Amino acid sequence: MSRRVVVTGYGLVTPLGCQVETVWQRMLRGESGVKRYEQFSDFRSQIVGMCNEFVPQDHFDIKDIRRLDRFTLFALAAARDAVAMARIDFSREDPFRCASIVGCGVGGLGEIEVQEDRYRNLSASKISPYTIPKIMLNAAAGNIAIAYQIHGPARGVATACASANDAMADAFRTIRCEECDVVITGGTESAVTNLGLGGFSAMRALSERNDDPEGASRPFDKDRDGFVLGEGAGILVFEDYEHAKKRGAAILGEVLGCGITTDACHITKPDSEGIFAAAAMESTLRNAHLGTGDIDYINLHGTSTILGDIAESAAIERLFSAEIKTLSTSSTKSMIGHLLGGSGGVELIVTLLALRDNVVPPTINLINQDPECHLDFTPLQPKEKPLRRAISNSFGFGGHNACILVGKGTDL
Amino acid sequence: MDRNEIKTKVIDIIAEQLGADSKTITESTDIANDLGADSLDIAELIIVFEENFDIDIVEEDAQNISTVGQVIDNIEKSLNKGDAE
Repeated sequence: MSRRVVVTGYGLVTPLGCQVETVWQRMLRGESGVKRYEQFSDFRSQIVGMCNEFVPQDHFDIKDIRRLDRFTLFALAAARDAVAMARIDFSREDPFRCASIVGCGVGGLGEIEVQEDRYRNLSASKISPYTIPKIMLNAAAGNIAIAYQIHGPARGVATACASANDAMADAFRTIRCEECDVVITGGTESAVTNLGLGGFSAMRALSERNDDPEGASRPFDKDRDGFVLGEGAGILVFEDYEHAKKRGAAILGEVLGCGITTDACHITKPDSEGIFAAAAMESTLRNAHLGTGDIDYINLHGTSTILGDIAESAAIERLFSAEIKTLSTSSTKSMIGHLLGGSGGVELIVTLLALRDNVVPPTINLINQDPECHLDFTPLQPKEKPLRRAISNSFGFGGHNACILVGKGTDL
Repeated sequence: MDRNEIKTKVIDIIAEQLGADSKTITESTDIANDLGADSLDIAELIIVFEENFDIDIVEEDAQNISTVGQVIDNIEKSLNKGDAE
């Protein structure tokens, strides 16, 4: 019998706030964290989900703020809440049996821009020595390890928008195979910068509904026109069940399985029928020794792009054809935008909260469902219903498909 | 700029950069050992001094800086060299 993996803590930094319960209540009310910003007035897409309630000075001293990029600050702040919630004292743990595995899609994009400006406007010798340690994708994982003095594996996982799910799958296996007992995991991203917004905009991937920021992220609605760029982090504590039980930790949920596949057809365009996305979900079910009938809710990747939403819906419609009338789904991105490498972490926490409270959070702005998408996307209003188990989907540029299956903490 | 003005400005910059209390910093304060700065902090400080005093600190001098007093000496020297040119 392989080891069971449970969640004992989580923390959030999102465009809807930084306190888990506050964010959750706002989501149940269907609020949006997307706004239009004057600083982006010369971009095609001027609407983003920024973490305005995150004030670095409230969490960190000036030296940390100077030395760490925003994506690392997000991850550290969310990790603090997760660790506090887990009530784990790392000084009492075997440090080699604890790990930090954190997803991030692009690293310190904002810092790259700042230092490139310094090079062009000043000189090569004015490039900051903090540049490389700030921008590297693994900075969040490395700094979490430093913060808690943990000496097992610490790594950044980069699979674009699937980074957090890939990292959490990695964390799950690390515990299951007995390499570690506790893993701080999830994802973080801060790419709401000129290059981030301009780059995705140039691909025509972003919504240009600038006059209606809160209505811009509208997954599965027939009038959707692209995703809304967001930023933030979702960090969780994964733990061996016996280890958690021994120290009397509260169990917030169980990680039951994961599955990862790759489209391998185009670097950004998803397979139109979602064949490999479906394969990832199927593999996840197999990994958990469960069937489609065991799943009550899917937290969708659902970015609000034309092609991506159709492909994901098609994948689920085929795989869950027998449950299509009873299966609930929804997209968290309708409310906070797409947090790229941070999205999977936030969305797994949302999924666990849905299981805890037996309520499916809504897909907001879904007024006229795309006739090509036939699932119950929980439009506009949350829906109360008994939820046993759920899957959280994340797909990323590069053709990455990564799914995580979770159950309630109370089932153990 | 006289030595006292340089000293005040240097101490303010160090305090700001390293998050230290400027009242605790004197000429004999060792930037690494007393204030906990690592090699990256010191390299960054050199750039900030260069920008704030509009000088270039030569690499050999930068390598030898350990106390606040040495920073002030160095900046004074660089400023005077600038005046002489």
